[in-house]
Amino acid sequence: MTKVLMKGNEALGEAAIRANCRNYFAYPITPQTEIAEYMVRRLPEVGGHFVQAESELGAVNMVYGAAAVGERVFTSSSSPGVALMSEAISYLAGSQLPAVLINIVRGGPGLGGILPAQSDYFMATKAGGHGDFRLLVLAPAGVQEAADLVMDAFDLADKYRNPVMIIGDGMIGQMMEPVEFREYNTPEGIDRSYANTGAKDRPPTIVKSLFLDPQQLENNNLELLAKYRLMEQHEIRFEEYAVTDKMDVLVVSYGMMARICKTAIDELNQEGHRVGIVRPITLFPFPSSAIYKAAARARKVIAIEMSTGQMVEDVRLAVRGRRAVQFYGRTGGIVPTPAEIRQQLLKLIK
Amino acid sequence: MLIQSVFAGFGGQGILRAGQIIAYAGMAGNLYVSWLPSYGPEMRGGTANVAVVLADEPVASPVVSTPSVVIAMNRPSLEKFAPMMQTGGKLIINSSLIDIVSERDDLIQYQIRANDIAQELGNPRAANMVILGVFQAVTGIIPDETVEEHIRQSFAAKPQFIELNIACFRHGKNSISQSGINA
Repeated sequence: MTKVLMKGNEALGEAAIRANCRNYFAYPITPQTEIAEYMVRRLPEVGGHFVQAESELGAVNMVYGAAAVGERVFTSSSSPGVALMSEAISYLAGSQLPAVLINIVRGGPGLGGILPAQSDYFMATKAGGHGDFRLLVLAPAGVQEAADLVMDAFDLADKYRNPVMIIGDGMIGQMMEPVEFREYNTPEGIDRSYANTGAKDRPPTIVKSLFLDPQQLENNNLELLAKYRLMEQHEIRFEEYAVTDKMDVLVVSYGMMARICKTAIDELNQEGHRVGIVRPITLFPFPSSAIYKAAARARKVIAIEMSTGQMVEDVRLAVRGRRAVQFYGRTGGIVPTPAEIRQQLLKLIK
Repeated sequence: MLIQSVFAGFGGQGILRAGQIIAYAGMAGNLYVSWLPSYGPEMRGGTANVAVVLADEPVASPVVSTPSVVIAMNRPSLEKFAPMMQTGGKLIINSSLIDIVSERDDLIQYQIRANDIAQELGNPRAANMVILGVFQAVTGIIPDETVEEHIRQSFAAKPQFIELNIACFRHGKNSISQSGINA
């Protein structure tokens, strides 16, 4: 494989194709419409199916349909579009269907703006829709990682029969970086016994999230819970950078924001300070234990986000009161610069 | 080695393409690169800029807050980005359209009549390649042949423009090394 320079949005689409996904249904919205532009060109070349739906609701329910017949499928949108999908996302989880959802986040609330933001952390990790369920949420910090995580997302969706969300910001969608697509083979033995594929010579399968008997519904929700516990045991991913003993400050930040922090951290450490960062890659399951351990090695802890403070709540839970957790964020599409982060960190160091 | 550059101008000046050629050429030269365009409503209003980072280790922030090299194709770009530059930074000014220089005395400033030179060589729209030549002359971390190869690739769909663009690139590059047009 050779390296190519690609826009994040295009790399997301290409990675899905290489993960042997042949179904993509979507409705355009900035800043991720390039995914659709890319797929409309590429999918026919590989015998795939792309439908530009009449709305986000249409798109996500097509995803539900394709997933129900055992197909690999994904959709993509940006914040307000993903909000419109939340009903069907809940149905996907309740019906235990695998699917990949991409949210290239823009500033909100409401129609908001079109510039990069991380203000959908709550929506992705806590409130992807109604009911007792979770999404497995992956947050790449660059084009290469975005491509890698898309491939993983399809496998994880199949492994847990649960929707998986990739959450990036407008920056990751629009920027170009070198990317090398790894060799991909679909795992053997994926269980498709749930799929509605025609019941000739076998009992019918039923895909549903309706359980009027409360005991059946509780059983279904406990099955979901058991999967989330397994995810917490097996799927937590994070990156530690410059985490050492006796840190002046530990930063917790994810996605592109974490990379901006890294530049500030590099500068400060070259000047003799000790600043490290834990970057959650899975937002659910959250790397609480790693953050707890790293926080114990730092005088101060700060969460930095492009929001008014969402992930910081999980950081505080992770740290369990062992340290006060500070917060710095910009919102509305304003991207903090490395210089700005450096200033904030210096305030804590003093 | 870390070059944090900003290519800035107004829409239609080929500023994103110039940045892209450098990003491709940098990648071909085994550097780590990122190309982060400004996007959004401001582009429709007229200004366009892209942050291009070239480094010999993985790029941390693709967002550039203190550029080491700035290409200013029009006056608003100079006024916006010159104050943000690192001490000792290199400011490349399209003096066809900008009749001032930065008041900062801690920058190295290069003035080049990019539009006029491109016009003289055949097409004012190739001003971006003149200025790219200056960028090449003042940074010099990617071999000239590699950049020229990626100019050719960039214009592969319009081969009739390749030689003009190469000529503009070379003119821009040589104008600096020969006369050192330091403002």
